[in-house]
Amino acid sequence: MDLDALTGCLASSACLVTQTTSGFIIGMLLFLVAVGLTLIFGVLKVVNFSHGAFYMFGAYFAMTAYQVTGSFALAMLCGAAGTAILGLVFERVFMSRVYGGDVLMQLLVCYAFVLIFDDVVRMVWGPEFRSMGMPTAFQVPPLFIAGGVVPPYYLLLIGVSLAVAAILGVGLARTRIGKVIRAAAHNPGMVSALGVNTGLIYGGVFALGGMLAGLAGALAAPVRSLTPGMGFSVLIESFIVTVIGGMGSILGALIGALLIGLIRSFGSLGFPLFTDGLMYLFMVIVLVARPTGLFGKEVA
Amino acid sequence: MTELRAERAGEPLGVPRTEAKSRRVRHLDLVIAVAAFAVLATLPFLFSSKALLDFVIRCAAYGLFATSLNLLVGYTGMISFGHGMFFGLGAYGFGLIMQRTSVPIPVAFVGTLLITTVVSAAIGAICVRLKEIYFAFVTLAFQMLIHSMILSWASLTGGDQGLRGGIPRPVFFGIDLSNHMHLYIVSCALLVIGLLLMRQIAQSPFGYTLRMIRDNASRASFIGIDVWRAKLTIFVMAALFASTGGIVMSLFVSGAYPEFAFWTISGEGIFINMLGGVTTFLGPMVGTVLLLIMNDTVTRLTEYYGIVLGIVILFFAIGLRKGLMDFVVEWYEQRRGPKKERG
Repeated sequence: MDLDALTGCLASSACLVTQTTSGFIIGMLLFLVAVGLTLIFGVLKVVNFSHGAFYMFGAYFAMTAYQVTGSFALAMLCGAAGTAILGLVFERVFMSRVYGGDVLMQLLVCYAFVLIFDDVVRMVWGPEFRSMGMPTAFQVPPLFIAGGVVPPYYLLLIGVSLAVAAILGVGLARTRIGKVIRAAAHNPGMVSALGVNTGLIYGGVFALGGMLAGLAGALAAPVRSLTPGMGFSVLIESFIVTVIGGMGSILGALIGALLIGLIRSFGSLGFPLFTDGLMYLFMVIVLVARPTGLFGKEVA
Repeated sequence: MTELRAERAGEPLGVPRTEAKSRRVRHLDLVIAVAAFAVLATLPFLFSSKALLDFVIRCAAYGLFATSLNLLVGYTGMISFGHGMFFGLGAYGFGLIMQRTSVPIPVAFVGTLLITTVVSAAIGAICVRLKEIYFAFVTLAFQMLIHSMILSWASLTGGDQGLRGGIPRPVFFGIDLSNHMHLYIVSCALLVIGLLLMRQIAQSPFGYTLRMIRDNASRASFIGIDVWRAKLTIFVMAALFASTGGIVMSLFVSGAYPEFAFWTISGEGIFINMLGGVTTFLGPMVGTVLLLIMNDTVTRLTEYYGIVLGIVILFFAIGLRKGLMDFVVEWYEQRRGPKKERG
């Protein structure tokens, strides 16, 4: 435990800015993964245990696309679009067979795919650590805000995530398709009887969730190292985020992700050995105080 | 599985007859257990292969773990995806006690079980209130917490290298666990005793309370059963048996490694239950043997074990939709007519 480092950091504005930014980076990436998880759960009522694999694929797709084309924008697009297609196929071919049944079966199907996807990545990209490298467009001197160092890429990452949050929030609340999705989450039988293809909606929502996780992976590729199995810790953390924020709530996912991000970045200063522990401790406190999460409505 | 439950719920309540029968069944269990132990104990005299004995010891470790998980998954309907943490806890707890102190093995054994009781009661108290998918993931989260603690607390646990340097195994009651033969017999004894105890739990009135909670928790609550307490009790009990499995494993490899506490152990445990079937008591044991055989064959043939295991899981989960023992039992009952009860 190193409380001096923590209090020292809280006293200096430079350190405060640096740590808050890195907390936001962790939080925003987690948000993108968690919001997909929470969306899929909200509509399909399954927890996509293989969601971390989509994050992983997004990162690897982006890396390969960047190495081939050299374009950062194309890399992001490939990461997102590739995982969206993967999500659609995965949902239509496999997950749709285990809806409404046992949670056990859903977990097992996802577990099988976690194993398969990790090995596929190992086969195609090799088992060693890979890195995409910072795109040349962002290899510029960092910004200094109140004495703290903020790389410009971080600003892009935060900006994109906030934009996704806004688009999702407005899209679900205001647009026609958003209303249909919410209706399908509430009563799929009725929506289907009114002539809406619920299979298409389920596939679409799953693809959207997969795409968001893939986008998170693609955005993370320049700043994190890539390895098979990299998705799993992200899955656990984003699950903790959804538990804290409340399953099915987008705002909850955003707030939960930012809280976890800040806990991780400041916790690593004060409690370097217990950073993960802090996160779990926070989850336990929330679960005991509010079993449905901070913004959850339904009974868990 | 739903049909099975419905059928079970519709069984007549022939109380006196069941009681007389259950006493007879219990004697039968004891006879089967003794016979199984006798068969296992004579194996080394028939086959002089060390690999076979190693295999049985691993079956004992994983079998205790998987069967204890079935107490939660199959009997109580609590799908724990973090049960492996108690396997790891048993291995590390026992290894650390033996390495750091000079207590005899039985004391370390009891000490490890005490630690497991405290930890599982604390984790269970938080988790058992949660339903289905939440329960699965929060137990998984705790597993990852324990795993990350093992990795980061390197001064105690050896970090990612695991507990190395071997576990001292002083002789007690004339049993020398560094002797392979003694270790084999003790592992078999622990397995058979563990299975017998779990069978007793499953067939006791408490075991039937658990089935009732699985089938309809609110109805159980109406007739005055403290659901939370019953769930917590079985959570701790199952943790104790899983921990015993971990102890056997740490004795076998003479150490403890972070993989013992990794989530994949829990995933494999769930799959073992699925593979063998959760509707029979010995299903997980069958699943353990099958998975370990498959494990050994596949890792010899390819380095991409995950793909093969994944496809097998998909075959059972999407194709068969039930375990092997469920399949056999159903087939057997269809042949015998639909009268026999299951449990």
